[in-house]
Amino acid sequence: MAADRSTVHGSDLDIVAGNGLIHRRMFLTAGTAAAAAVASAALPNPAAADALPVEPWMKLPGSGFVGYGQPSKYEEKVARTWNTAPGTTGTGAARTPLQLLDGMITPNGVHFERSHSGIPDINPDTHRLLIHGLVKRPLVFTLESLGRYPRESRVAFLECGGNGQLLYQKEPAPVGVQAIHGLVSCAEWTGVKLSVLLQEAGVDPKAKWILAEGADAAGMSRSVPLAKAMEDALIALYQNGERVRPSNGYPMRLLLPGYEGNINVKWLRRIKVTEGPTMTKDETSKYTITLPDGKSLQFVLPQEGKSVITQPSPGLTMKEPGLYEISGLAWSGYGKITKVEVSADGGKSWANAALQPPVLSKALTRFRMPWRWNGGPAVLQSRATDETGYVQPTREKMIAARGNRTIYHANAITTWAVSDKGEVKHVYA
Amino acid sequence: MSTRSALLVAALGFTMASAVAFAAESPNLGRVATPEEIAAWDISIGPDGVGLPPGSGTPKQGETVYAAKCFACHGEKGAGKPNDQLVGGQGTLPGDKPPVKTVGSFWPYATTVFDYVRRAMPHNESKSLTNDEIYAVVAYILNLNGIIADIDIMDARTLPKVKMPNRDGFVTFSRGK
Repeated sequence: MAADRSTVHGSDLDIVAGNGLIHRRMFLTAGTAAAAAVASAALPNPAAADALPVEPWMKLPGSGFVGYGQPSKYEEKVARTWNTAPGTTGTGAARTPLQLLDGMITPNGVHFERSHSGIPDINPDTHRLLIHGLVKRPLVFTLESLGRYPRESRVAFLECGGNGQLLYQKEPAPVGVQAIHGLVSCAEWTGVKLSVLLQEAGVDPKAKWILAEGADAAGMSRSVPLAKAMEDALIALYQNGERVRPSNGYPMRLLLPGYEGNINVKWLRRIKVTEGPTMTKDETSKYTITLPDGKSLQFVLPQEGKSVITQPSPGLTMKEPGLYEISGLAWSGYGKITKVEVSADGGKSWANAALQPPVLSKALTRFRMPWRWNGGPAVLQSRATDETGYVQPTREKMIAARGNRTIYHANAITTWAVSDKGEVKHVYA
Repeated sequence: MSTRSALLVAALGFTMASAVAFAAESPNLGRVATPEEIAAWDISIGPDGVGLPPGSGTPKQGETVYAAKCFACHGEKGAGKPNDQLVGGQGTLPGDKPPVKTVGSFWPYATTVFDYVRRAMPHNESKSLTNDEIYAVVAYILNLNGIIADIDIMDARTLPKVKMPNRDGFVTFSRGK
């Protein structure tokens, strides 16, 4: 569509799509004439500016050292929110406040959690990992012994298979990005390659699957294709540089990059090498997609290409017209994100957002898009493409393909409507 | 043998030697697990039923277990509430209305019910039921769903033979479908 230059303060901005989307060089190249023009146009009236007080903390020594640091007390709202099953306190899911974070890494304290019987209080000295089944030598590993194996790090997203399920509802849920998509996080995981341990055990050629089982009271268990276990599975011992958090599987969890969260078994205690899948409760009765004809898709393991705008999003009201940065996250369980497009007019026109390096396979990718909000209504969307060429679908397309009688693997485009008051709400476009 | 073939063989030999050397250099810090240790931890039961323990139970016996251990969360006769519904829903998988997914309408294998109850139920004291109690309560739930008769006995031999109504209701996913 035709670029609308009339909304710009007399400068020669590169409008790239409708309703104020601007070429990213507006933010990335300082000192150009265009940037200078915008900067001067955006300067507030000096008389209205706040005074520059000399605060008490500028004059008195601050507090002392602590063993393990915490965020500023002014950041208490950066917290997970959760739901639990009736009659339980730790069975359910806690969501990451994506709207209050930036970058690609999720801090450990707000990484999402899904637990099926609370968080076990595991003594690392007595925890054991057993590998058995179709192997020459069944083996038992201690945490200490695993610590002597070569380790590697992998930045990977984890997303619950049920993340985004509110998009299947007939009416748009009046909530924000944390409630809709907060069951996705990204960390640097460090540990031992599962393939090394399996090779030491000696896998029988008949084997095609493994069963992974947790030490929690639910004994959470899932079957994993042996090919995936040999390709890039990690016994993760560290999360963002420190030991894996109890809520994420301390002292060790299975990490299967790109696969739905549930199969990345936490508190890993046992791996059984098998010929076929064990058909556990979670891979039959739960994490399967029931289609309109009544058949259910099983072993839907990688998470599909997906993105969502995190800023602005519901709860983050914009105070005044002007330049903003639209920012969000994109990811795919099939590889790297190659493109994220952003629309400010409900999908009528699109422009490529900047992908912030590093862009890693099966990790969250941060995207950014300069936007001049003219103070009128806007409808914001993002659309991801991954390296296989897969394009994130609209909600209509997702439901046309799978119906809306499931709760799993919702990866459709999410739409935020901005009102003329700067309020943002979840809508269907 | 041509020079080229000789080179190829030499190269292969080098590759194999490297592989052997690599395997030999693996830390090998796991200790071998004994059969007794494995038996104590190996609680997973696949669809073939291999590994099902001794013991047995009937629907009637299971009704008693259910009343004591399951009723509070799963309601009268598996009707559900506050937690998952276990009985009914057959015929609701296709169509426009939300499917009612229960053991009877949805679960493809009876062995999974045994596996799951043994490892995870009752929620607040998992792994506390005896094998007889597990067979019995599984029999009770299957009987409430009309899958086995009142007089049927569930044990390691009979349970894997139970044909669940939705046994053929699953399709292995491949991308693009």
